[in-house]
Amino acid sequence: MGVVHGDQMILNIGPQHPSTHGVLRLEVKTDGEIVSEVKPHIGYLHRCFEKHSENVTYEQVIPFTDRCDYLAAMNSNFGYVVAMEELMEIKVPERVDFIRVIMGELNRIASHLLALGVYGLDVGAFTPFLYMLRDRERILDMFEYTCGARLLYNYMWVGGVSHDLPKDFVKICGDFLDYFEPQISEYNELLTYNKIFIERTADVGVLPADVAVSFGVTGPNLRGSGVKWDVRKDEPYSIYDRFDFDVPTGTGEFGTVGDCFDRYWVRMLEVKESVKILRQALKDIPDGDVHQAIPKKIRPPKGSVYRRTESPRGDLGYYIISDGTPVASRVKMRSPAFTALSVLDEISRGWMISDVIAILGSLDIVLGEIDR
Amino acid sequence: MTLTEIKTAIEKQFPGSVLENEDLGEHQVELKGDQWLELATFLKTDPTLCFDQLECITGVDTGEEGPLQSRYNLHSMEHRHKIEVIISHDRENPKVASIEQLWHIGDWFERETYDMFGIVYEGHRDLRRILCPDDWEGWPLRKDYEGQENYHGIIVPKIKEEEGWE
Repeated sequence: MGVVHGDQMILNIGPQHPSTHGVLRLEVKTDGEIVSEVKPHIGYLHRCFEKHSENVTYEQVIPFTDRCDYLAAMNSNFGYVVAMEELMEIKVPERVDFIRVIMGELNRIASHLLALGVYGLDVGAFTPFLYMLRDRERILDMFEYTCGARLLYNYMWVGGVSHDLPKDFVKICGDFLDYFEPQISEYNELLTYNKIFIERTADVGVLPADVAVSFGVTGPNLRGSGVKWDVRKDEPYSIYDRFDFDVPTGTGEFGTVGDCFDRYWVRMLEVKESVKILRQALKDIPDGDVHQAIPKKIRPPKGSVYRRTESPRGDLGYYIISDGTPVASRVKMRSPAFTALSVLDEISRGWMISDVIAILGSLDIVLGEIDR
Repeated sequence: MTLTEIKTAIEKQFPGSVLENEDLGEHQVELKGDQWLELATFLKTDPTLCFDQLECITGVDTGEEGPLQSRYNLHSMEHRHKIEVIISHDRENPKVASIEQLWHIGDWFERETYDMFGIVYEGHRDLRRILCPDDWEGWPLRKDYEGQENYHGIIVPKIKEEEGWE
């Protein structure tokens, strides 16, 4: 039998559609029900982050970074302050480094839980989503207890953090980890080893390693393709070089290396690694003053810096150019979700429309960060 | 490889393409723009350099008098070294060769820089705005940008000196 061609149809998914994870419009060209091209149209959420940053002082940029990646605002803050400290050559107290790592890893767990839960929702499993959001809520409570905000923290400042940890935080966080670790196997029973879930995701949307690197895909998506690259390990920043943790990569558990299931599975394994880091950090956290190194006036010397950090979505880079005044001359954010979305067309061709939703979900994009 | 070694390798293959600049940082190198496509191909395919990852393209406006710049952050997964290439463009007619077909992500990064600075990447197969609407006027991140009064009947907010946002 030869190849059968159906009528070509153009289908618009979004901009207001639950499975696009935000305001994103996909222009899908289909041949029958087979997808022949996907054109993402972005920019619906463009809020001129970079232009704003040239009109406010350096410390006033931090709340904007919260609003870029609103699911992992701690990690967005983290990237910015690390870049700023590199530019100004500030050494922060050890306690600050520990607090930042603890917050960053907690936020990574929270972000991954949402990504995994919503992914289940995308492919038709409702219950795991509720379980994961229940546990994410406990992490957000801890953030609220520490800095007063649930989602947009403005917690990390250049040279320090806004509030010290509450006195009983180490115990509360330890209790949470004791509660949380057994939950991971519950998620696995609920979702990961579900036959329908595996059928929907294994072998679907395979992203080969060389294509991933060429498209600048980073983070769990790149590791899902079997490339062992993690900025925390390979270009350590803050104090990540002190902790003992693994970098999980995709192995093609139920299908091919780099399929949707691998990207999902890498996130699940990463949650476990974050728990490992958290336990070590909670054990070793020293005393100290968290406000000691905060500069009175932020006026970096002339120059530029490009620093990337590992956010839950991948390499989050900040390019900051200073001209010696209290206002930045240029702030550029290299968004990991932006690069991840660009690969969608490449890996969706030849799949059904429902698979495009599964592939898009597995990339875990946040539109706030793509559009900035 | 260190920056000096990379520079020497480039200079050997393309004499006269490395520009001397005292103000540059640790990993930065300023290159002439006229042979950029050949140079980029060399950077990507040469086995000792092997820059297979294009991390970022940043557009920069150096001020009223100065040129526009494209800054490319390159990284090698194999050798784990990095470099930042700076190419300056004429302010009136900013253009440079596109590297979209070498690194796939160059497609979107170049579109973004075009959108914000109006730098034309010659040879790009689909160079149009990406974050702003297609019929937006002007290049928003240039220092001398003045926004349009209204867009399809919607008033565009402006920054007022001293008072902040309207």
